[in-house]
Amino acid sequence: MDLSYGPEYESFRAEVRGFLDAHWPPKGTDAERPKAERVRRFREQAVAAGYLLRWIPRAYGGSEQPNDALRASILREEFTRVRAPHEPRGIGMMMLVPTLLEKGAEWQKQRFVPPTAMDEMHWCQGYSEPGSGSDLASLKTRAELVGDEWVIHGQKIWTTNAVGADYMFCLCRTEPDAPKHAGISYLLVPMKQPGVEVRPLRQMNGGADFNEVFLTGARAPKDHIVGSRGEGWLVSRATLKHERAGIGNAEVSLMMFAGLVQLAKTSQRGGRPAIEDPEIRQRLAALEGYVRAHEYSGYRALSRAARGKDVGPVALMTKLVSTNIGGEVAKLALDLLGDEGLQDPTSQGNSELGLPGVWRSWVSQYMYSLGVATAGGTANIQRNVIGERALGLPRDYYADRSSGR
Amino acid sequence: MNFDTSEEQELLQDTIGKWASSECPPVRVREFFDGEAPHDPSLWQGLCEIGVAGLVVPEAHGGAGLELIDLALVAETLGFHGVPGPFLGHALACVALAHGGSPEQQRCWLPRLASGEVLGTVALAESGARWLPADWQLRLDGGALRGAKRFVPSGEVADLLVIGTAGGGLALVESRAAGVVAKSYPGVDRARRVADVAFEGATCEPLARGAEAAARVRDAGLVLLAADAFGAASRLVDMAVSYAKTREQFGVTIGHFQALKHQLANMAVEIEPARGLFWYAAHAFDRVPRDAERFAALAKAHITERGMQVARDVVEAHGGIGFTWECDVQIWFKRVMFDRAWLGTPSLHRERAAKLAGW
Repeated sequence: MDLSYGPEYESFRAEVRGFLDAHWPPKGTDAERPKAERVRRFREQAVAAGYLLRWIPRAYGGSEQPNDALRASILREEFTRVRAPHEPRGIGMMMLVPTLLEKGAEWQKQRFVPPTAMDEMHWCQGYSEPGSGSDLASLKTRAELVGDEWVIHGQKIWTTNAVGADYMFCLCRTEPDAPKHAGISYLLVPMKQPGVEVRPLRQMNGGADFNEVFLTGARAPKDHIVGSRGEGWLVSRATLKHERAGIGNAEVSLMMFAGLVQLAKTSQRGGRPAIEDPEIRQRLAALEGYVRAHEYSGYRALSRAARGKDVGPVALMTKLVSTNIGGEVAKLALDLLGDEGLQDPTSQGNSELGLPGVWRSWVSQYMYSLGVATAGGTANIQRNVIGERALGLPRDYYADRSSGR
Repeated sequence: MNFDTSEEQELLQDTIGKWASSECPPVRVREFFDGEAPHDPSLWQGLCEIGVAGLVVPEAHGGAGLELIDLALVAETLGFHGVPGPFLGHALACVALAHGGSPEQQRCWLPRLASGEVLGTVALAESGARWLPADWQLRLDGGALRGAKRFVPSGEVADLLVIGTAGGGLALVESRAAGVVAKSYPGVDRARRVADVAFEGATCEPLARGAEAAARVRDAGLVLLAADAFGAASRLVDMAVSYAKTREQFGVTIGHFQALKHQLANMAVEIEPARGLFWYAAHAFDRVPRDAERFAALAKAHITERGMQVARDVVEAHGGIGFTWECDVQIWFKRVMFDRAWLGTPSLHRERAAKLAGW
């Protein structure tokens, strides 16, 4: 067991610093290029050095490095310190790329992974439908093969970042006569075409990250299918697994907790900094127990996965653990805000009450944390998954009967 | 970077798990739990034969020379199997001597502690929940002790007592010395018997680096309690899950019902991710001094508190039978109660963690 930065890691850090000194911010003629080009050029250099896209094979534009959480965290620290561009983060990188690497055809990996990894191709996820939420496999959007194209009719909802996406990875019913789970295919559908209409949904916190997507005779080439016809459910399971797994969530929890401690230091309670209040100290330390447990369970899971050992049930728990933490952080933050919690996060509010930037983001987070708990499978669906797959409990009585399985 | 147990560590846990399954099954645990004897020498002897008694004693003194992480993995396994006996006190006595004994004190005691020939324990708490070194008031007058300690594990059967003294030091007393009166009584966890020990002018020998060792004993104790509670709570979740798979109502096993399934999932989510927390607290004790004290406090507070809530939920998940003396749930429930209260309650250690963070 070893989590310390040994000499090997310290020399890695020095090497990374040397690279960053030379390449970011860009020098000479590179400095005069437009921003997107500067970022692209830097990312290419960082991939060549083995610092970005470490988990993606070289054949698809990655740097194919061994999984090493300490190196990864050194890279994150050093890149953040000089504000250098990290890997693109988004649905394409989080979900589509891992799925294609696991289940995609060779040409699909070559065509879609490199531009997605360079932030030049953007994706949205077409899973949920108005009538198919937790019972996702009941989805009704239909795709029919007409000549060399899939022709798609239906509606998707809760589609994050559909505005601006180039493609949607979309679950469609292609085998209407098959049992419900076996009639679904995983299609890659171009978004910029007449048959696709995107309507933003306004959220309770005022934002509009989610959309409705109407598919009216939308088309996708015949070979834009991942896996075979009728295998879409299995392929989508792989995607959900990637959405749930990973230590990324613990990093978010640690950052949110650090922000909360900062808020407690700058807020007042009973005429003194809130962080000196015994109740607040108890609640912060109790919450930190969860955050640290999550952090070190993540290190353990990564270490085991890297050696091909079974990670155990925590792999199925990551999402619920981190959204539970997100909710608790948001609730304590609202208590720390006090009167500022009466402000409307969608407006300027009363500028005499605290710093607008601070209260607005926490009040918004108080609501947004619920959106995160719902996305990618509600908390209750996570509990089903944990109950059935980690604890081996039987499937729900009624779900069993309706699925025909 | 490798934050995982080694093959040797997995073998150690496996060996103790197998030993416990065959030598200390629930029926044997219950026999001791329900009985009046303060000690089960044959169970402890079995653990000594595996080498548990001397795990953290340096090799030079006949021990295995391992670290707290190894001891914590053993504590987890013992907690899981509900093994009764003096492990906790003995392990902490070894930590005290290994970290604070003079060469002579180590030569005198460590080999015999390592073999199990001498049973050690620690006497820390004084009345009024005075668990921590800074709270101790037991006076050492010219080499003689006057006062009393409470909740001393195996206090009536141990041969050697490591005692917390005023000023935050430690001292050694042999239990057979004149002026030592130990009185065992049933604590809430009958698997780990405790005693009140009165010192009426007993002659003692201060530990050479007592203050330093006292802090190490405190932190090691917190980690071992967290590990034990993790093991016990994991067992409790297993019990509830297996009950849900066998108990039938409305014509199906109750595990079919989402209400219960979600409660069981919540219990598992409270406990399983905490494994990494006690691992890191132990690892910090061994290798990361700047985090050692704080993470021991956080791990103890978090895991014993969450473990206690899970234990309550497990009783409820069993329905009426869960509330009976006959059901094994109560044995592990009380084990977690011990882990939660011994060395101080979670709120005490959360406040310490807050202070240590500079909040």
